[in-house]
Amino acid sequence: MNSSDVIALLPMIVPSLTAILILLLIAIKRNHALVASCALAGLGASFASLWAAATVIPRSVTALLIIDSYSLFYSGFLIATAAIVVLLSFSYFQRRQEHREEFYALILLATVGTIVLTASRHFASLFLGIEILSVSLYALVSYLREGRLALEAGIKYLVLAATSSAFLLFGLALLYAETGSMDLATISYILMKPAAGAAAEIELAGIVFVLTGVGFKLAAVPFHLWTPDVYEGAPLPVTAFIASVSKGGVFAVLLRWFHSVSGHPGSPAWWAFVVMSIASMLFGNLLALQQNNIKRILAYSSIANMGYLLLAFLCAGAFGLQAATYYLLAYAVTIVGAFGLLIALCEGETEDYELDALRGMFWRRPILAGAFAVALLSLAGIPLTAGFLGKFYIVAAAAITPLWIPILILVISSTIGVYYYLRVLVPMFMVVEDGPPARGEGAPIHAIVSLAALIALIFVLGVYPSPLWRLIQTISNAS
Amino acid sequence: MILFWLILIPFVAGILAWIVARRNATAARVLSLAALALDLTLALGLWVRHPIVLSQQLRFGWFASLTWDWIPQFGIRFHLAVDGLALVMIVLTAFLGIVAVLASWSEIQNGVGFFHFNLLWVISGVTGVFLAADLFLFYLFWELMLVPMYFLIAIWGYERKTYAAIKFFLFTQISSLLMLVAIISLAVAHYHATGVYSFAYEDLLGTPLSPATAMLMMLGFFAAFAVKLPAFPLHTWLPDAHTEAPTAGSVLLAGLLLKTGAFGMLRFVLPLFPGPSRELGMLMMAVGVTGILYGAILAFAQSDLKRMVAYTSVSHMGFVLLGIFSGNELALDGALVQMVSHGISTGALFVLAGALKDRLHTRELDSMGGLWDTMPVLSGSGMVFAMASVGLPGLGDFVGEFMVLVGTYRTSPVLAILAALGMIAGVTYGLRMIQRALLGPNTHNWKLPDARWYERVVFGSMIVGLLWIGLYPQPVLKLVRPAIGRISQQAIQTLAMR
Repeated sequence: MNSSDVIALLPMIVPSLTAILILLLIAIKRNHALVASCALAGLGASFASLWAAATVIPRSVTALLIIDSYSLFYSGFLIATAAIVVLLSFSYFQRRQEHREEFYALILLATVGTIVLTASRHFASLFLGIEILSVSLYALVSYLREGRLALEAGIKYLVLAATSSAFLLFGLALLYAETGSMDLATISYILMKPAAGAAAEIELAGIVFVLTGVGFKLAAVPFHLWTPDVYEGAPLPVTAFIASVSKGGVFAVLLRWFHSVSGHPGSPAWWAFVVMSIASMLFGNLLALQQNNIKRILAYSSIANMGYLLLAFLCAGAFGLQAATYYLLAYAVTIVGAFGLLIALCEGETEDYELDALRGMFWRRPILAGAFAVALLSLAGIPLTAGFLGKFYIVAAAAITPLWIPILILVISSTIGVYYYLRVLVPMFMVVEDGPPARGEGAPIHAIVSLAALIALIFVLGVYPSPLWRLIQTISNAS
Repeated sequence: MILFWLILIPFVAGILAWIVARRNATAARVLSLAALALDLTLALGLWVRHPIVLSQQLRFGWFASLTWDWIPQFGIRFHLAVDGLALVMIVLTAFLGIVAVLASWSEIQNGVGFFHFNLLWVISGVTGVFLAADLFLFYLFWELMLVPMYFLIAIWGYERKTYAAIKFFLFTQISSLLMLVAIISLAVAHYHATGVYSFAYEDLLGTPLSPATAMLMMLGFFAAFAVKLPAFPLHTWLPDAHTEAPTAGSVLLAGLLLKTGAFGMLRFVLPLFPGPSRELGMLMMAVGVTGILYGAILAFAQSDLKRMVAYTSVSHMGFVLLGIFSGNELALDGALVQMVSHGISTGALFVLAGALKDRLHTRELDSMGGLWDTMPVLSGSGMVFAMASVGLPGLGDFVGEFMVLVGTYRTSPVLAILAALGMIAGVTYGLRMIQRALLGPNTHNWKLPDARWYERVVFGSMIVGLLWIGLYPQPVLKLVRPAIGRISQQAIQTLAMR
């Protein structure tokens, strides 16, 4: 390992060191603001080091990691998202009395896990990345130990994530047994050229087990059962983190090494993805109709969104890859914005997130509620927002491939989606005669700034996508 | 550039009105009025100048066009263009926008700023729909007018507003998503044929398509427009939305949003898919006639004034559908005249219904009666609008319906006769409304203030408009002639090429 290797790994080294620094700081003196700004600075330094790393790419560091423009692009996206989550967490925990400083160390470690995932090219690094992420999330999900829901969510996540990891390991073992290679490129190759005879069955079993592990992290149907409970029980910033960073990192691996399946419609693995995609779109949206809790609605909506994302993933060629990347980014911006606004809207007013909590919110706090409405409309895929262009690219990619049946299901299911987003909007805009007056306290300035940036991004990605799209094109051509 | 201003003025004015209203509600109303008046002036200016502009020989017979690169990777451009067809609709849009602002002068007292914001954004979106010459842009505006309209109904509507607003949104949403899929497939087909991505209307016109594909794509477009129009049996959102919406919302819905459906068929369905339009023509005409009769019969059975007017819309828009698919220019002209005059007459009836509701606090015909004695101006204008809606010669609707009937008779005498029956049914509901609400004894002893100044302005100008189209429709016909001619020519020529 030489100095160039170290430079290439800086984006993951810096946040790891920051996490250790935070633990040391806590040992000396607990100071929420100091620790939070330290975490933020660490993420900022890590983001800045991407440019340093960019000077030495493409580069394989040992057999485990590959640093190229693809991994750097995704790392940048994940680090930036994590930084916004940290900003939102600060105001969330500022009101609480728990030991809140360790939270930031865990968030940093989880982010490191996802960065490892984007750069992994080996079974070992894949597993390592997923485990760093998962173990941090076990603690994060039940971070507010006082609540019964938080404990339930934590246990549920622990048991199911551990099980799915076991499936993943077993699948990797089967693939290794059959091919004798632990390179992730093997998976890409198997999906492109399936073996014949008995070997094919073992390979398929291996692929399916790996998919189980990955599908669990993405919360695609039928591996979605943990999602609503965990979304509901976990603290809001953690929910935002799971929905954006955690899923983004896992999807980056999937997109890089499994995308070759899209070139082989009709193969068993292809069918597995099609079924996952269609089932996620339909069940996610249908089950969301039954919910009255905003966090649960957004949980089911995230399942449906993974269905859309998998549809983009199934679109052949570079266009499919680009459409999936764009949608992931658009979704992450939107969902972090939505959860962030939920923190700003509901915290201090109410502790529960039932639909009724939002009654007449627009007339009391027009700007925050209006911004929340924008995020919901983006999730619903209304033009001028990021969500619309994301869906537009998916449909375009799917029409070129062509995948007509999934497109039709997307149309139907996203109409169902519109219905439950409207269900959230309706009480917000209700004119309430005797509603409680507006609380004097506004959201703190850093939360306002980050939320304004997210809302602006939703519009920018929805109106002027060319720069980002060009960047994504460059990356997909390079990889 | 003027085309961009037409969209931008209401867009910006909407935001300003929201801000201004925090201090002074009347200022927001005046500001909205001024912005729309400016819009109307610009549009009329374009109308006056169009012979000069036309001599510049812009591509495709546009009076004016504007193209900015937007998403070059997909050949998506910010491309606006106006021809006679679009210009007429834009003048109507600005005019009905003014009417909508005046009609809500005293009705809306809560959230005045946000109300005018939504109202102006609907206008902006509708203007964009009429001007867009890029299919992606068209879809964008198409969806954009939906959200503020939803808020207009859901916040300022009557008793069942939530239900009506959500129903309206969902019907429109699923059908427009189908259109989006059709738009994208068309662009992809164009890409496969030429190797270039483009969403420009001019580029996509001659895209070679297999008959089966063309049929599916045409149905995708048709779904979106048929829901908006509305064509039977996709009309069920309309009575609910119209009834529950505030007056301004009903005016915009009936006057403009329904017209975007008809406009879309004229602009996109006929020229882009001449083959399927011809093949399905008979079916579409039958659907139109069904709508005419069904709407008229249901209108007769309503006791709620707004609901009655809503069903007359279904009936009148049936004439438009019939005219569009009759396959000759006379009927197409008729459909266009009908679009304009229905926008005015139905818009006026909704303003009337709103004015009555404001005074009587009811929309039930049974609770009215004898209103003429206490409100002569209001009732007199009401009778004019009811007569226009019935199809009295000399008023706008008659011209449109007559031309459609004559045109249809050439293609299918049977359907023309059935459609003419609809006009007779129209007389029954029109007279019933006049009889029940305006004439007869004043059994409830209503003593009410007559029309206020802004109501007089609205009714006066709308009567003038109806008389103008009824007596001298020539300027309108002359303006749209080249556009209509091109539409029917394209449909025929492209067919001959195959």
